[in-house]
Amino acid sequence: MSRPELQAPPEIYYGDTEAKKYTTNTRNQQIQADMTYRALELLNMPQSQPAFLLDIGCGSGLSGEILDEEGYTWAGVDIAPSMLQVALEREVDGDLFLQDIGQGFGFRPGSFDGAISISVLQWLLNAETSHPTSSPPHRLNRFFTTLYSALRNPSRAIFQFYPSSDDQIQLITSIAQRAGFGGGVVVDYPNSKKAKKVFLCLFVGSGGGQQLPKGLEGEEDDHVRFERRREMEKKRDRSGKRKPLKDKVWILKKKELYRQRGKEGVPRDSKYTGRRRKPNF
Amino acid sequence: MVRLITHNLLACHVKGCTSNNFPLALKDIQIELREAEFNPEFITNILPRLEWHALADAARQVGDTSLPPEQPEMMDDDLLRNLHHVLLEIHIVEGAMTCPNCKHIYPILNGIPNMLLAEHEIG
Repeated sequence: MSRPELQAPPEIYYGDTEAKKYTTNTRNQQIQADMTYRALELLNMPQSQPAFLLDIGCGSGLSGEILDEEGYTWAGVDIAPSMLQVALEREVDGDLFLQDIGQGFGFRPGSFDGAISISVLQWLLNAETSHPTSSPPHRLNRFFTTLYSALRNPSRAIFQFYPSSDDQIQLITSIAQRAGFGGGVVVDYPNSKKAKKVFLCLFVGSGGGQQLPKGLEGEEDDHVRFERRREMEKKRDRSGKRKPLKDKVWILKKKELYRQRGKEGVPRDSKYTGRRRKPNF
Repeated sequence: MVRLITHNLLACHVKGCTSNNFPLALKDIQIELREAEFNPEFITNILPRLEWHALADAARQVGDTSLPPEQPEMMDDDLLRNLHHVLLEIHIVEGAMTCPNCKHIYPILNGIPNMLLAEHEIG
């Protein structure tokens, strides 16, 4: 399965169906929430100071809801109308704008105390048309220069994104630097394939602290521990009776989940659920 | 919903439109009032960033005359509360914002302004 940003432009990829799927998927909700909390941590806002933040690529408001909970006033921009529609339905408190960040922002200088962006920047790296203003460097430049001016001094902008290569990281950081930003890239769990997350931390001025925050390391991490445990279990499973991949406990849990989600037609549970059947079956 | 606080921070970003591109003129506005928690610290924090005349004008246009036309020297609690109401509790649901310089129209549908530019307007 190829990456989403290589399949279609974001406003088409995130149509009505995908927008709903993306937002109601519980695993995705968890991941997006974790990344939002981490981004807020990296944003290093002075404790309990009410701030006006910009959510870049706010989508259906998964990150915006957390900004609401944390007491921030915010404005969000996104290019996909279907995602913004879901955000409206979820009644997030932030002001929403249908906007293409590659075209730049119109906010007055020093409007925002900070900015976050979850899973967005990789979408700026593809050219949709052959018009010169559609080239990724042009769009990235327009984006970063207008963002730099829209942010207060000092402040930070934190971007979690999915780079597909080091060249992409290089391109983005060089254009951000040219726009005036300081800072750099912070990588959490660099040795784990699943848990690895890349954060671009940009500073305006001193960014409220000179040091680039450290990335999280793998040792005490639940994700890494789980991967190691899974590898060990796989090795052990080789011998003995073949345990069914989806045993009765798993089936019952899954059916309960479906019922909770409101799915229709979930069969009743009985003594026959998940019962071992003869091979001829 | 666009609140007046965000409208007060918004200028036009069309290519070449760099002077007289603020504030965006409001037209055919329908508003909705929604209560928001009063945070005096936030209001005092944001006060230096605001353009008072533009704010008072926009507020008057949508029917709120609680703000004085000139920014007062001292901000007392009453004034902070009025400011809070104007900034955070007035939501623009429908209408349009027009740039006074290049005349680009940003329509507002369902509370969401459309800030997308045509190809020739990209900076």
